[in-house]
Formats: sequence, C-alpha cells, structure tokens
Amino acid sequence: MHNKTLTELTQCLANKDCSSEELTQVFIDRIKLLDPSLNSFITINEEQALLAAREADQLRAAGKAKPLTGVPLAHKDIFCTKGIKTSCGSKMLDNFIAPYNATVVNKCNAAGMILLGKTNMDEFAMGSSNETSYYGYVRNPWDQACVPGGSSGGSAAAVAAGMTPAATGTDTGGSIRQPAAFCGITGLKPTYGRVSRYGMVAFASSLDQGGPMARTAEDVALLLNVMAGFDEQDSTSLDAPVPDHTATLNDSIAGLRIGIPQEYFREGLNPEVEAAIIKASQALEKLGAEIHEVSLPHTHLSAPTYYIIAPAECSSNLARFDGVRYGYRCDAPKDLDDLYMRSRDEGFGDEVKRRILIGTYALSAGYYDAYYLKAQKIRRLINDDFQQAFTKVDVLLSPTTPEPAFKIGEKVNDPIKMYLNDIYTIAVNLAGLPAISVPAGFVNDLPIGMQLIGNHLQEAKLLNIAHQYQQVTDWHQRQPEEV
Amino acid sequence: MQWETVIGLEVHIQLLTQSKIFSSAPTRYGAEPNTQANLIDLGMPGVLPVLNAEAVNMAIKFGLAVDANIAPRSVFERKNYFYPDLPKGYQISQYQIPVVGNGHIDIQLEDGEVKRIGITRAHLEEDAGKSLHEDIADKSGIDLNRAGTPLLEIVSEPDLRSAKEAIAYLKVLHALVRYLDICDGNMQEGSFRCDANISVRPQGQTELGTRTEIKNMNSFRYIERAINYEADRQIALIESGKQVQQQTRLYDPSNNETRPMRTKEEANDYRYFPDPDLLPLTVTQDQIDTIRAVLPELPKQKRQRFQEQYQLPEYDARVLTATRELAEYFETAVKHTQGTPKLVANWVMGDLASALNKAALDITQSPVSAEQLASLITRISDNTISGKIAKTVFEAMWAGEDNADPDAIIANRGLQQVTDSSTIEAIVDEVIANNPTQLEQYRSGKDKLFGYFVGQVMKASQGKANPQQVNELLQAKLKA
Repeated sequence: MHNKTLTELTQCLANKDCSSEELTQVFIDRIKLLDPSLNSFITINEEQALLAAREADQLRAAGKAKPLTGVPLAHKDIFCTKGIKTSCGSKMLDNFIAPYNATVVNKCNAAGMILLGKTNMDEFAMGSSNETSYYGYVRNPWDQACVPGGSSGGSAAAVAAGMTPAATGTDTGGSIRQPAAFCGITGLKPTYGRVSRYGMVAFASSLDQGGPMARTAEDVALLLNVMAGFDEQDSTSLDAPVPDHTATLNDSIAGLRIGIPQEYFREGLNPEVEAAIIKASQALEKLGAEIHEVSLPHTHLSAPTYYIIAPAECSSNLARFDGVRYGYRCDAPKDLDDLYMRSRDEGFGDEVKRRILIGTYALSAGYYDAYYLKAQKIRRLINDDFQQAFTKVDVLLSPTTPEPAFKIGEKVNDPIKMYLNDIYTIAVNLAGLPAISVPAGFVNDLPIGMQLIGNHLQEAKLLNIAHQYQQVTDWHQRQPEEV
Repeated sequence: MQWETVIGLEVHIQLLTQSKIFSSAPTRYGAEPNTQANLIDLGMPGVLPVLNAEAVNMAIKFGLAVDANIAPRSVFERKNYFYPDLPKGYQISQYQIPVVGNGHIDIQLEDGEVKRIGITRAHLEEDAGKSLHEDIADKSGIDLNRAGTPLLEIVSEPDLRSAKEAIAYLKVLHALVRYLDICDGNMQEGSFRCDANISVRPQGQTELGTRTEIKNMNSFRYIERAINYEADRQIALIESGKQVQQQTRLYDPSNNETRPMRTKEEANDYRYFPDPDLLPLTVTQDQIDTIRAVLPELPKQKRQRFQEQYQLPEYDARVLTATRELAEYFETAVKHTQGTPKLVANWVMGDLASALNKAALDITQSPVSAEQLASLITRISDNTISGKIAKTVFEAMWAGEDNADPDAIIANRGLQQVTDSSTIEAIVDEVIANNPTQLEQYRSGKDKLFGYFVGQVMKASQGKANPQQVNELLQAKLKA
C-alpha cells in the first residue's frame, strides 16, 4: 500500500479497497518503523491524523468525499499549522505552536487531505543538504550515508521511503528540485506567485515558492491543483486562473522545442550525470520533441546574485525572531541588548547567522549600491536571458544538480562548495519561472534528476512533458532497497 | 549679528481608516493593550502585509489638496531596526519613491502677507507599537494596538523662518487634514505630531547651518517653545565660538529645554530596501479623477465663498473657516435665523467664542446649538429683545435654563422688548418730569445730557424699552 502513488490511492479510496483510517495507519506505522534512522519528520501527527481519517471515511460513506478526501500527506515544517509545532528546523522556533494555518495548509485541509506530520528541513530553509537542521540531518533512503538534499530534504526522503505518498516543499534556490533529484522523486517549483506564501515562514520573499513533491508527475499535478491559486492575503500571489494540471498530461509532445542551455553543461558537471541527461533528452526526442542548443549568457552570475539577494531579504525577514513575542528567549537577559543578542546567538544555527551577516552587510549604507542594487540589475539580465531563450524554444532541459547526493558531512564545512550544488536551480528562482525535477537515471546507485524549466505559468506544459517521459521510463518507479 | 532661523517640519498624521494599513485589525484608540493587534500586527512567522486601499485614497486626497504630484508608481520599503515595540524588526515605509511629491500650502503671516510653504513629499507608513514602562514592576510591557496604524508623513521644505511661521503652517495643515476627513487631528492622542528640523545662519547667508531635529512633539505651544529654545541655543553656541552638532533632540516641556537623544554617529543604519512582500503601489489617473471629484470644499475655497455669499469681511471669513466644525456651526445658524449673516458672525466670534474659550470647550461641545443661537439672533432682528438683553438671554441659555430655548427664557423672565409707544412715552414723560435740572441744562445747550436721559429711560424700563423708539421720543420731547 505504501508503494502506491497518490493517484492510485485516490482510486483505492474511491473503490473502497481501503479506508482512509487503514491507509493513514499504514503510513504512520511506516514512519515509526523507518524514521528513527531516516529522521525525515520533526513532528508526527498520529492522533489527529487518525481522527481526521475517520472523519474522512464518514464523509466518503455519506457520499460527500472529494477526490483527495482521506489521502495522507506531509507538510514541510515551514508551513504554519494551527495548534501544531512549526519549527522551521530551528531551535528558535522549537517551542512555537503556530496559531494559524498557512493558506497551503488550509487548501490541503479543504481538499480533505490528512496531515501525517511535519517534515525535517534545513534551518529556515537555508541549506542544500538538510544538515543545518536543529533536529539533526536526514538520511537519504537510497544510501543512508548520503544527504537527501535540502532544504526540503525531509519531504523528499519521506516520499522516497514511502512514508507519505506526497509532501509539500518550498524552493528558494532549488530546495524542492535538488532533494527531489537526490531522492529519486518528482518535485515542482511553480511560477513565483502561483502558490500563496501566506503562512510559509519567509526566507527570501522574492524567491520563496511552495510546491508539490511526489513520486510521479501525475501526482505532482494532482497536488498542484490543490495548492495553486490566488490568495488575497499574499500581495505577490498571481491573480490568474488555475487550469486542471492533470487534464493535459497525456497531450502529445511532438513538435515540442526543447532548449539545452550550453552553460549548464560545462566544468563542474559530473560526466555520468551529463550522459544520463543527454540520454533523457534523447528519450524526449523519440517522443517527437526537437532539441536545440540555447545560451543563457549570464549563468555564471546567478550564484553571486542569488547569494546577495537571498541573504539580504533573509536578514530582514528573520529580524522578527528577537525573543520578545514568541520563539526562543535566552535565560535571564541582563538588558534589552543582551536579550536580543543572546536569544539570536543561541537560537540560530551557523548557516542562518552566516546569511544574516552577509545580508546585513549587503544592505548597509555605502554597500547597498555595490551589492544589492547591482544584484537586482543582474537579476534582470538573468531574466532577460530566459525570455530570450523562450523566443526560440518552449522549455529548457538541464541536469537538476551537477552530481548525485554527496556524503553526510562532506561539504558541511565548505559553504562555497555547498552553494555550487544549486548552480542549475537558482537562476530559475531569480527569474520567477516554474521548473520540475524528474528522476532520470542513476549514478553510483544514486538517483539523479532532469530539470525542465518553463516560461511563467507553464506548469501544465512541464507536467505534460514529465508525464510523457515517465510513460517511457521507469526511473520514478524504482524504490530504495534498504528501506 | 542678526540671525535667521530655518525650519523644516515633518508631520505625522494618523489616517482615519477603519483598519490598519497592512492588516484588518481595527485602529480605535484607547482599547485594552494588545486587543487590537492581529497575527500580522504581531509579526507572526509567515504572515504577509496587504495594503489598505483606503489609506492610499486618503494620501491621494491630501496630495490633491496641496496641489502635489501623485506618483503613478511608488514603492514601500523596509526600514530595519530592532525595538521591542516593532514586531517585525522593520517598519514598512515609503523611502525613495513616495506616493505624494512636491506640493505647497499658503499661510498668512502676522502682517497679513501670504507666504507659500513648499511640501517636499508625503508618504505612507505604518506606526510602531508602544512600550509601557510604568505599570509593571521591574518589567517593560508592550502594547501593539498602535502597531500598523496608517500614518502619512508630510515633509515641508525648509521654508519656515520662525516659530510663529511654523505654528501658522501647522495650524493650516491641521485644519486641512480635518477638512479632508483623513485625520481627527487629536494631538493629545498623537494623531497629529511633529518633528522639527532647525538650523540658524547669519542673516543674508544662503548656505544652511548645521541642523538638529527635535522629535515627536504634539502640542502647538510646546512646538513653538521648543523651536525658540533650540534656535536660541544654537545661536548662543555659535556666538561663543562653538559648533552646532548634527543631533536628534527631545523637547522637555517641564524644564522648557531640548536634550540630545542621539548624534549622527550613533544613528541607526536602517538598511532600507524595497519590501519584497508588497508590489509597487500604482495609482491610475482614473483613481485620481474619482477622488478629485469628491474632494470636499477646502478652507481657502470656503473662505472665499463666505466672503461672497455672506458678505463677510476677510477677517471674519478666515476665523469662521478655521475649522470645518466652526464653519458648519456658522452656516447652520445662518440657515435657521432671520438675522443677517454678519450678526451671526458677530455672535459666533464674540459671545459664543469667548464663552467656549472660558469653558475650554470646542465648538462641537457647545451647550448652545447653532439652531438655538439662530433663534436668539432672530429675536434680536425682529425686535423682540435688544442686543443687550440678548446677552442676558445667551448667558441663561449657556447655563441651560429652559433647555436653552431663548423664547422660553424671554417669556419666563419677562425680557420682551417694550415697543408700545404709549408705554414708552409714559416712562419718557416721567423721567423728564423727575429731572427738571438736567432738562434745563440740556435745553440751554448741553447736548451731552441726551445720553443721560436715554440711560434713565432704559433703567426705568429695566432695559426692555426699544432703544430706537426711546431715542425718537426723547428727541421730540426734549426739544419742546
């Protein structure tokens, strides 16, 4: 049962092959079995999940069920859940019980989905390996010595290990796509503004975007239908109609123009990963797509640009964690400055502090023009690169990451190396584009991902291509043996 | 040496919106601490601001009233600093591109000259909460009711040259924002407060001196005193060979002095940057036209109308339009009386104003309503009572006698004017008969004694005889 896709589970429930309560119990048991070693959950919502599942079963018996009523999922611990701890992977919020639901959580609840628990993540979503979590690292189900990627590593590992059929994630520079690639699942970062950010603890507001993570493109489409849509509580959310993303999954991709950005295939890319991605592109060619080489000339500037803008926004976004109203407060502060300094010093981990420092510096008087303003200008150029490319092709194809999952501890002391892991994903956030990571092979017995990037609001197109690819490949069906 | 004081003012007005600028919490003043702060005002993790359209409309209203440019696109930025009553660790404000730019206000100086004061900009921002240091032993409390209250910060050019000019400007501004119904102008509650930038320079010098800023004053009297104190302090410093330091200072009314708060070096680096949670604010021409169409009559227009429509002198029109409420009171009274508008103006500016002043009440709290005053004035103009008796009636009305109904007071006190000629004639005859000496003196050329006879007749009639008839009868009888 735990191996079934979201789509299959909705069928099981609709056919009354199983009840939501049974299903929920299966996943709870599996979490209890596997998670002591994988550590992908921060909070397990057992009691409430079973209660909600029984209610879902009653609804179904009464004929009032919606398609996803009674289907379990997990939320990344960055989404506020009323009455349930929302830690954001930080000691700072270890004691924080959210007083309200994020819009995404409300939407999933309204669809009848059952919350299994809250997944582990890099602290405040800052990290690419899940090693910055206050709650300890998550292990990759394919090789427990390896990281699952980050920051949505708990969500990715939980889906890959069959502890939940689907999960939410957030992606500021690759935090859905990179762990999806490392764990062999499918993850979509939607267009900026497609999914409401209300109730999602902010890291870098102009880059953050919530999105679905599941085994297949079809499942991702199902969950995106639930998550997407305009929210008047988020001024940056897009007031555009939401299509049924499952409706076009089976469209032919014949004649589709796929661009290969040459800058994404240069040094730093593992040759085996490169070979696998080329093979994946050939599979799409066989389905009728045309492959074109394109150029994104400002690619080399995306990492420096990202590492100015994201820390700048984070330095301001995280100012509210001051020990005054909620969250961690140091013991016996001497005075106000002591309260601020020790609460923040003791409550935040090193990576978070590093980014707050960088961001504070970048916004300081005398440096603003040289760093923040300059970065915003380059951001425009990066955006223009993509728009230029989209005049020639429909989507772009690249590896999601330069290499498969690395070992736990391998890069933890080298932030630059760690940051380069996101080299193919961050430009997408800077341009606000949708992109999906799809399982596309194995290197060293570890899964790797293919990234497809679309123009604004082209999620349905990306899901269509991914689904067609998954009809002719089985990478997404493989399961880690160890678990 | 002759010194010139240069003053620029930053006025924060609290906008009269129902809810806060970025949240739906109410903005009512005086509620129990933290009962008017929702998740957004508390700066909870994950919450986002949504701009209150009404606050924007009010800013546009103000901009139009001071002939300013309304920016088609303006930007909200974050002003970052740590303080316990600032929940997010930043204040959302407009910095580089404000919604209102470049307008002006005309003020009248003491010599009657009209001076134009430039308005550099006006921008929207949120207020912070309040720290409470008194009520809790050994601890500070925080009240976030005020956090997120919409403010419009109005920045003037350094065009003001004295404390008096500054006050004149503030009073015009104060009246204007109340006319526009965008601010209640309540200075005690902090709805209208002012920071003053002050510098001095030798008369004739064009270059500005080093300025200090006096923060957060909310009384015209204190502002005037603070500016005068600060200008004197700066002049004394320079004359003794020292230099003015660029500083932020606070005015202490109990000692009438300003004290340093922080120097330029200690100033925060606010690290302003555009708030990524809010899109740039766009204002369309349509929106501006719609607001312009419903703009109320402004003080200047009202003043001109009063002069034309009611044939009032410029001075009266200016006094009566000082506040919208006073102007409304006057116009209501005019509408309900048979007396002339000028007579109404005299009463409103005279007896009523001094009674209000004495009782420290404003016009909206007057115990005598405009309709009641109108009836009183009608009774003067239809000769039921004389102007003098009317003062007695007004006093009785003020005291609440007979529900402040002038007719009832006149009837109950028997104050009705005597206009019956034979009654007056009888009194006149009696007075003449009782004063043979004075009569003789008068008739032998001592004209001044006429007043004496009038006085005696009025006295004998207890002030009720119609003065005009008394005059006429006396003229005739004394001559004979």
